[in-house]
Amino acid sequence: MKIMIAEFAAAAFVLFARAITAVRAIWPEHGLPSRPCVYFANHSSHGDFVLVWAVLPPRLRKLARPVAGAEYWLKSKISTFIGRDVFNAVLIEREREKRTQDPIALMTSAIDDGSSLILFPEGTRNLTDARLLPFKSGLFHLVSARPDVELVPVWINNLNRVMPKGEIVPIPLICTVTFGDAMRIMANEDKDAFLERMQSALLALAPKPLGTGE
Amino acid sequence: MNTASSDLLTLVLGIFGVLILASAIGYVLQRRFAATGPNAAVDNLNARIKAWWVMVILIGIAFIAGRVGVLILFAFCSFAALREFITLINTRRADHWALASAFFIVLPIQYYLLWTKQYGIFAIFIPVYAFLLMPIISVLRGDTERFLLRIAEVQWALMICVFCVSHVPALLTLSIPGYEGRNVLLIAFLVIVVQLSDVLQYVWGKLFGRTKIAPNLSPSKTVEGFVGGVISATLIGASLSWITPFTPFQAGVLAFIITLMGFFGGLVMSAIKRDRGVKDWGNLIEGHGGLIDRLDSVVFSAPIFFHIVRYWWSLS
Repeated sequence: MKIMIAEFAAAAFVLFARAITAVRAIWPEHGLPSRPCVYFANHSSHGDFVLVWAVLPPRLRKLARPVAGAEYWLKSKISTFIGRDVFNAVLIEREREKRTQDPIALMTSAIDDGSSLILFPEGTRNLTDARLLPFKSGLFHLVSARPDVELVPVWINNLNRVMPKGEIVPIPLICTVTFGDAMRIMANEDKDAFLERMQSALLALAPKPLGTGE
Repeated sequence: MNTASSDLLTLVLGIFGVLILASAIGYVLQRRFAATGPNAAVDNLNARIKAWWVMVILIGIAFIAGRVGVLILFAFCSFAALREFITLINTRRADHWALASAFFIVLPIQYYLLWTKQYGIFAIFIPVYAFLLMPIISVLRGDTERFLLRIAEVQWALMICVFCVSHVPALLTLSIPGYEGRNVLLIAFLVIVVQLSDVLQYVWGKLFGRTKIAPNLSPSKTVEGFVGGVISATLIGASLSWITPFTPFQAGVLAFIITLMGFFGGLVMSAIKRDRGVKDWGNLIEGHGGLIDRLDSVVFSAPIFFHIVRYWWSLS
């Protein structure tokens, strides 16, 4: 029963997201990896992972689990149900001092179980005018533990305008989700170089700002 | 079967005939030019023809469903067009409530007024009430940056995508003596003439186009395409007078006005796209781009057609 409601709710979320944003995926030249991988995306709205999830082909969507903050999703019964059962999120504790479980261990075990991850390496929603916040080191620690796993950059465009922080009514605007080609960590690549490379790969997918001509 | 639905049936069969012919030509071109590898022009043509099938079938279903169907179809067109338009304009967070009301209050009210046939308020609701109330909603947040630009763009979006588009189904509210129950054919006349004019301009342009007519706005439009398209669409309009309350001459004149408005409407909407630095309004219709790319000429011709018919033919 619970599973049925969860599946129904997931379908409803996807339908709603599609109706509002008419979201369109732009695929990379060489296609998406068919094996489990890590999708990492820019983060500006609570709906971000829903959009990524909605555009993934059903076969890959079933494997994909968003990584989200436990503090936020475990706040109430309903949000726990949505986080855990509907989206099957890997819930990690963001505050270092209060942690009971290691976030990297949770993520690697999800990957070992054959899941893909949807990760937001900025660590928090970007509410600034900058296109991207500096990445947290979690992505690096994750691939240090599992160097074979492929990384797919994903740029989510326009969703921050659909529902800016503090608003409750979404405005219908067309969103795109652009996937880049899969990458791996290189041998002997250090943390800063790796994170820098990932950030620029993600930024390279961002469309030019409007009104700047051709 | 009354005469309206038998005329509609004849019309639909005729359109299907044209589409079957177009699909056959597309197939032959595909075999000749794109058999070994993809040919962008032929592939785009075939995608366009396929999309035409879908659009014709959707409009056909709406016509069969009657007034409700037509209103829902065009309300949806307004919604999708407004979404494409607002996506491309400068909005700030302070506009959030104004934009939300454009989608969820102004648009439904405009179509509700059509449903209840309250012409007096339908005609002024967006130019008067929305025009004055939307900037008030925006100004309450106190953000003055690019204020005039922002409110002007939202008003323009509403005029184009909701006000103008709603004048297509508004044709159903006219009461023309001797034409009772056949108003849906006026919509068919308008849409067929506008869209055929677009298609014929494209075909004439591809076949004989040499001289660019507006190189800065729309590099694919040519003088030869324009002249050929307007003349042939005008003649087709005149020959469609049997579905209208007009004489063949009147139908031809109206078709001529519709095609001219449609052509210049296309230019205006192209200029907006250039200004925003995009090639298409969206991706809703495979091969055509966004909905506004298909609707731009209808948007500009519908209100003028509506008012000419209302002024000279209608009692209400």
